[in-house]
Amino acid sequence: MNYLYLVKRTAIALLSIFIVVSVVFGVTTLLPGSAANIVLGTEATDAAIEQVNEDLGLDRPLPVQYVDFVGGVVTGDFGNSLISGQPVMEMVWPRLLRTLQLAAVAMLISVVAAIPLGIVAAAKRDTMVDHLVTSGSYVGLSIPSFVSATLLLLFLTTPPLDLFPKGGFVPLSDGVVPWLHHLLLPAIAMNTIILAYVLRQTRSSMVETLESDYIRTARLKGVAERNVLFKHGLRNGLLPTVTVLALNFGWMMGSVVIIEQIFAFPGIGELIVQAIDNRDLPVIQAGILVPTIAFIMANFAADIVYTLLDPRISLGDE
Amino acid sequence: MATDTSTSTESTGFDLPPIVGKVLSNRRIGLGLAILLPIALVAILGETVAPYDPTATHVADRYAGPGGQFLLGTDHLGRDLLSRVILGGRTSLLLGFGATALALLVGVPIGLTAGYAKGRVDELLMRIMDIIMSVPTLLLGLLILVVLPSNILNVVMAIGVVYAPRIARVTRSATLSVSEEEYVMAAKARGESSPYILFREILPNVTGPIVVEGSVRVGYAIMIGTSLSFLGLGAGPPNPDWGFMISTARDHIYQTPWFLIWPSVALLLTVMATNLIGDGLRDVLDPREVGDHS
Repeated sequence: MNYLYLVKRTAIALLSIFIVVSVVFGVTTLLPGSAANIVLGTEATDAAIEQVNEDLGLDRPLPVQYVDFVGGVVTGDFGNSLISGQPVMEMVWPRLLRTLQLAAVAMLISVVAAIPLGIVAAAKRDTMVDHLVTSGSYVGLSIPSFVSATLLLLFLTTPPLDLFPKGGFVPLSDGVVPWLHHLLLPAIAMNTIILAYVLRQTRSSMVETLESDYIRTARLKGVAERNVLFKHGLRNGLLPTVTVLALNFGWMMGSVVIIEQIFAFPGIGELIVQAIDNRDLPVIQAGILVPTIAFIMANFAADIVYTLLDPRISLGDE
Repeated sequence: MATDTSTSTESTGFDLPPIVGKVLSNRRIGLGLAILLPIALVAILGETVAPYDPTATHVADRYAGPGGQFLLGTDHLGRDLLSRVILGGRTSLLLGFGATALALLVGVPIGLTAGYAKGRVDELLMRIMDIIMSVPTLLLGLLILVVLPSNILNVVMAIGVVYAPRIARVTRSATLSVSEEEYVMAAKARGESSPYILFREILPNVTGPIVVEGSVRVGYAIMIGTSLSFLGLGAGPPNPDWGFMISTARDHIYQTPWFLIWPSVALLLTVMATNLIGDGLRDVLDPREVGDHS
């Protein structure tokens, strides 16, 4: 492990977080009247705007506000909700944990479903199976999550096929089955694009791997086809897929906003939409910053793990 | 992927660059265009081909099924679904193509500059792009539209900002490999200005990857745009796009599923067509070939 790399990568992660925090502060409070606009809508009177600015402490000097905001983020204090008066982090934290459970199940589905399908498609390249899987992945790749969610809800939660609950969340402590039963549909809906993407990624890296010399050697040596695929092929074909999964964490953090809204899932995405509807500024700030910081950390962790696995990788990517 | 490289090389009176033949004979591009062009044409013609005024309500015929007087049925206010899908398509396509155009306009110069200047400038510009990309796309779009009033221009701007860094990245890495070519060195030796070198010498030789990335982005831009409308932050009621239609349709799903199904199908087909075209272009204009044709 290269310590210089570790230090540099940590510095970049921290700097990114710092800048994102500053930008969110800037966009929501610095732009003329924007904070008051968020709270009051775009057609507020000047007097009302002044009042809101005073309430939010926006009449204080900018550097004071900025230090206050950044200090708040560092200590996990985003202030209180303008609607309920509750500390924002108390609202965000339990919801973030639920959203992470949803994301974890979604990730798991794409690994369990997409990777084997990709391998099969690669192994049966240019056959009917491959064409079916590949064209299926095209549909998956082209369906926005709000469409797949709405359609799944329409077809799988109403009488002829009443297989899943319409939404909501049941904690894991109430049992694995009801927990998973509630998570499965939103996880699939959120995942169609990533599933298709991982499938294609797996297929193309497997196709490449299966054409390589050492696979040919293994086959010539008479290694059983199943072993060729799963022992030799999988190990080498999988690394790019892992990267794709890590990068898609960001996509997931975006699509939960939609999915949670549709499935009435009490996670952070639903909180953001509610906060936007209520123009609850501190909650909006936290709702955007917390998943973003989580995403930066996830990328950081993925990079570190990757370096541990492959010491040749250095910082200057591409 | 060596599919469909059998280009028709017979002379057609005037000389097209061979790349045009390759593009036109690619099966994916052909299929994609066959889906996208009719949709785009109908969306552009809009009111001219729509059988009804998309805002006219026919109260007696609410929730009508497909067939009959209204080809695709009607919605909860008795408005003709076909006409609304047609007009909604105009907004959705405008969002997708407009945002991609903006992303190209912003991203390409940044990528060219970073890749050509290298060193500190490159590092700085690409770090900024990385940081923008570290905000999940939909959240960044939301953040922008929370501050700015939701109208079609701001939605285009928000999505353009979201995707510009991706365009910049692709442009930069293509520029890196081209900027050491002899013709660039020669232009530098002639004392040409930097803008001249960037736009006249380098840009024409990195169009392949840029076109591929741009074509892929169109589909994503349409998805993000309709997602934002779905959340009520899109172009808004005067221009109801497919996302807005789908979000309204959810409330009437048990009276008429068609209200939901038609805009969903239109959206799915459009995004699929742009994905097919993007993939086909990637096959034809393989990024690895950049700089080989000068």
